[in-house]
Amino acid sequence: MELSRRDAIAALAAVGIGTGGVALYRSDVFDDGSTDGEATLDDPVDTMIALATVVYPSEVSGIDEFVETYVVGRVEDDETHERRTVQALTHLEGYASDEFGDSFVDLSPDERDAVLRDLGIQSARPNPDGSDVERIRYYLVNELLYALFTSPTGGELVGHENPPGHGGGLDSYQRGPDA
Amino acid sequence: MSVSTTVTDEADRSPSERVDVCVVGAGPAGALAAYSLAERGHDVVILEAGPRFSFEDRLRRMERFLRPAYDWLDVWEMGGDRDAYASTGELHYPLNTTRIKGIGGTTLHWLGLVPRYHEKDFEMESRYGIGEDWPISYDDLRPYYAEVEREMGVAGAEDNPFEPPRESPFPMDAFPPSYADSLFGEACEALDIAMHSTPQARNSETYDGRSQCVGYGTCAPACPSGAKYTAEVHVAKAEAEGARVIDRAPVQRLAHDDSGGRLEAVEYATPDGETHRQEARQVVLACGAIETPRLLLLSESDRYPDGLANSSGAVGRYLMEHPFAGTDGLLLDETRQNHVGFITSECHQFYDHEESTPGSLKLEFINNAEPSPVEIALGDGSWGDDLVGAIRRESGNSLRIGALVEQLPREENRVQLDTSRTDDHGNPVPDVVWSVGDHAIETMRYAQRIQRRILDEMGARITGQTDPHTPGAARHPMGTTRMGSDPETSVVDARLRTHDLENLTIASSSVFPTGGAMNPTLTIGALSLLAAEYVDEDL
Repeated sequence: MELSRRDAIAALAAVGIGTGGVALYRSDVFDDGSTDGEATLDDPVDTMIALATVVYPSEVSGIDEFVETYVVGRVEDDETHERRTVQALTHLEGYASDEFGDSFVDLSPDERDAVLRDLGIQSARPNPDGSDVERIRYYLVNELLYALFTSPTGGELVGHENPPGHGGGLDSYQRGPDA
Repeated sequence: MSVSTTVTDEADRSPSERVDVCVVGAGPAGALAAYSLAERGHDVVILEAGPRFSFEDRLRRMERFLRPAYDWLDVWEMGGDRDAYASTGELHYPLNTTRIKGIGGTTLHWLGLVPRYHEKDFEMESRYGIGEDWPISYDDLRPYYAEVEREMGVAGAEDNPFEPPRESPFPMDAFPPSYADSLFGEACEALDIAMHSTPQARNSETYDGRSQCVGYGTCAPACPSGAKYTAEVHVAKAEAEGARVIDRAPVQRLAHDDSGGRLEAVEYATPDGETHRQEARQVVLACGAIETPRLLLLSESDRYPDGLANSSGAVGRYLMEHPFAGTDGLLLDETRQNHVGFITSECHQFYDHEESTPGSLKLEFINNAEPSPVEIALGDGSWGDDLVGAIRRESGNSLRIGALVEQLPREENRVQLDTSRTDDHGNPVPDVVWSVGDHAIETMRYAQRIQRRILDEMGARITGQTDPHTPGAARHPMGTTRMGSDPETSVVDARLRTHDLENLTIASSSVFPTGGAMNPTLTIGALSLLAAEYVDEDL
């Protein structure tokens, strides 16, 4: 299943963001990647892409462009979301550096998975105002999953080409599984 | 995720000079009444306790619904001291999940199903010796039903052999049935159970300047396209006709004249801490079946020590709901749930009953019988390939048949004041006392027998049924200021005017003497238009 920029635009639409046909670049946002002196975050988008390679199912491809388009669009015009996303990424990066001795981006997929499990993401409550771990679940892991599963391609992964959150029209609900 | 209401703190919330009509509440009842009266040239002020929500935020509200970090109340910012309540009946009544305070009211989060009531609903005592007769008949309301269908924009088809007589086609074509409906359809045909379309206030085509439904799948609680009707439509139309809307202005009490026969003013609070008096020749209360009786009870006076318009003692009493009885099942085959956010087929075959009990029920064939992929993905706690496995395990094969069930008016079911707790303005909170009763329990059991027969015929494995003793409420509170001819037993007359005060009208489900088993909003709208005509006559 290949994610496309169209999927990213659909996912952005599901959070109320229209791209208006304007191509945004990572340099347009995330102008200061480090916060609180906890760790240095070279590139928030690269870290989100690295996280998506773990969080997204293995049969998904086209992750880089999808995540970049979505994440950049998501934080444009939303400084609070940008700041909190960077804070959560910084905490993730700090844990990777402290416990695994390397930047999250440079860890192997298994090591990235281990970072999430060690942090307890699987049982953390997604809470935008919660602890560092709860914010990682909300702003990073669930953010990526929300983007994926409100996009047509993400829905198709589980047999659902018009998932809730995506305004995909009135045909799919009338179709059977073999249509 | 920031979702803010449209902040109108700079707005002028001072009262207007004495107006023709003050409407309290900007939900469907208030909006339609206000529009109808403003269109006739009257000066109208609408007072609404909640804010005016920005349409631009609607996608963010949908996101709140889909993400587990938030709950149902967060979507439209319900809860807190403003909305505090008690529930001391046999069953907990989740009041704040049933209503929205804001311009548009509860239609902001409603599903949008708008069937007409059947003739029998107006004649329960005459036909069955239970409940009450309404002082008006289906024929009296029939033209208003047609009018409100046009106003809201209703999509439907004349394929329902059990529907009461109608005079004209629906304004829009019905939505076609779902794939899941076709699975139910085979079994229903074998059992001689008729399925048919569902009238809904949702655009199957562009209508009245609003979009066709585009299938976001989140109609309740948020439609980002504007295809689902909300009462914002008629608030805007009322404003276009010159009505004035004051939001974030919860009404504190109603003040009558020395004789006690007329209201003089409506007292409301504003965010700056001030209290104002809006004088009006006529007042229309349209605050739903909980806040309407609460406001009357809060407006007690020496003349009305038990609450305003309460000479009968019926204010707050005879609260009804539609208990929801469901049966869940699993098929081996895919059932394609959550591809659309609303019901596309129903069955009214068991509505018009011969014996008094079991009573009326309406079957609903559900298109959202399981959590959606995004809900599972965000709540499960797994990721990667494990998550795909979890979604496939938890979804794909579910079925659900629901039923709205008739509940009889019972004096002990009521809204009263809880003087031990106050809201953000120091007023006693509403205490909602709700229980089900034998008639509804037996009707739910009957509904579930039918549901089991259908699922058995389909070869489904039945996985759960509602306990008829502890059902959920369909979030249709009704009946707390009931309509009737006798001032000794009812609060308003057939004109929807209170027996006690000649310039106080109530437009709300609170006037329903019986509740039937149909979604009530179309009837609320029809009654509002009827009430507006009488108010117009009095002006």
